[in-house]
Amino acid sequence: TTQVSPQTTWMLAVRDSRDRAAFAALFDHFAPRLKGFIMRSGTGSGQAEEIVQEVMLTVWRKAAQFDPTRAQVSSWVYQIARNRQIDVIRKENRPMPEELAEDLAGASGAEPDASQILAVEQESSQLKQALSRLKPDQREIIERAYLGELSHQEISTQTGLPLGTIKSRIRLGLDRLRHELKELR
Amino acid sequence: MTAITHHTPDALLAAYAAGSLPQAYALVVAAHISLCLDCRAGYEAHLSGGGAVLETVKPEAISEGLKSNVLDLLDAPVAPEPIYRRTGVYPGPVIAALKGNPPKWKSLGLGVRQSILSADQNGSARLLYIPPGQTVPDHSHNGLELTLVLQGSFSDTTGRFGIGDLEIGDQDLEHAPAADPGAPCICLAATDAPLRFSSLVPRLLQPLFRI
Ligand SMILES: [Zn+2]
Ligand SMILES: [Zn+2]
Repeated sequence: TTQVSPQTTWMLAVRDSRDRAAFAALFDHFAPRLKGFIMRSGTGSGQAEEIVQEVMLTVWRKAAQFDPTRAQVSSWVYQIARNRQIDVIRKENRPMPEELAEDLAGASGAEPDASQILAVEQESSQLKQALSRLKPDQREIIERAYLGELSHQEISTQTGLPLGTIKSRIRLGLDRLRHELKELR
Repeated sequence: MTAITHHTPDALLAAYAAGSLPQAYALVVAAHISLCLDCRAGYEAHLSGGGAVLETVKPEAISEGLKSNVLDLLDAPVAPEPIYRRTGVYPGPVIAALKGNPPKWKSLGLGVRQSILSADQNGSARLLYIPPGQTVPDHSHNGLELTLVLQGSFSDTTGRFGIGDLEIGDQDLEHAPAADPGAPCICLAATDAPLRFSSLVPRLLQPLFRI
C-alpha cells in the first residue's frame, strides 16, 4: 500500500467535514459486510438490518473518536458492531476502556501522521491476506472467535494471525497520543 | 507509579475484544486496559483481527430503503450518553459500573470491606478494601478469579501485585492474599463461582460475600 485506502479517506471526510457523500460510500462498503457478519452468528435478516442501521449511525455520531494512526476503519466498525450485538442480544452494556482520545480536541485536532496511517493500513491488509491464506478449518476457528462464539478457554493463545507487528504499530500510536495528551495539560 | 508486571493473557484480550467474556470479567479487563498501554495495544490488535473477519465475510444484500433510512436519521437528535471518567483510584469503567456514585462499602469484619458492583448467575464483580497488613481468608476458587489492584498492593504465594497488576486465579490456586504495609489495598475482583474458604470461621463469613 502506498496510498491511504478509500475507506480511511471517506472516514476522515466524515470525521473532519461531516461529509455525507463520503458517509454514503462507507455505507455501501460496510452495510452488506456488516449484515453478512451479523447473520453469521444466527441473527435473522430483519434484526441484522436493525443492528446495521444502529452501527452505521454510531459511525456517523462517534466519528470524532476515529484515529487512523491506531486503527483501520474495519476494526473500528467491528468494535461498534460487537457492542451493538451484545446490547441487542444480551441486553447488556459492554464495559469499555476509558477513551484516551477524548482529551484531544477530537482526534482531529492532532496533526495527521500520514506514514503512521499507511503503516497501520499496511499491517491490516497483511492481516487480511493472512486470514485468507489460512486453511478453511483454521480460518473457521478464527472467524468464530471474532464473531464472539468462543469462550476465552476455547481461544488458544495462538490465534494463527500475526498480530505482533500490528500490536507494535498501535503501541506507537498510543505512545504518540499519550505524549500529545501530556503537552495539552 | 511502578510499572505493571502482571498483564491480561492474550486469550482473555481476544475474548474481550470479541465481546464473549461474561460481564464481570469484561469489567476487570476494561479497567486494566484503561491503566495499561500494552494491553490496550493488544486489545486494539485483536480489533484489527475482528476487522479482517468483517472485511472478508460473505456480504449480504441490504434491503431497499435501509440506506435512505439511515441517511435521513443522521441529523436526528440523540440523548448524549453519560461519559464516566476516572475518579480517584477508580478507572472510567469502574465509575461507569458505579453509575458515577462513590462505592457503597459493607464491612466483612477485620477491617475488610466490599462493594458489590454486579452479581448474577454468570458471576460477580466487586471492590475489596483491605487494610494494610490484613489478610483475606485463605480460599480457593471453583472457577476463574480476576483481581486488579487499584490502590496499594497485596502479596500471596504467587507474588506481589501493585497498582494496575492483574492476578489470574483458577481452581488450582489456593491463596490468602495479604495487603502490604502502607496504603490500604483496593482491588477490583471478578469471579464466576463462589469462593471456597478453607477454614471454618471465615466460612461463616461467606454468606456476607454474596458470591
Ligand atoms: Zn497490561
Ligand atoms: Zn482468590
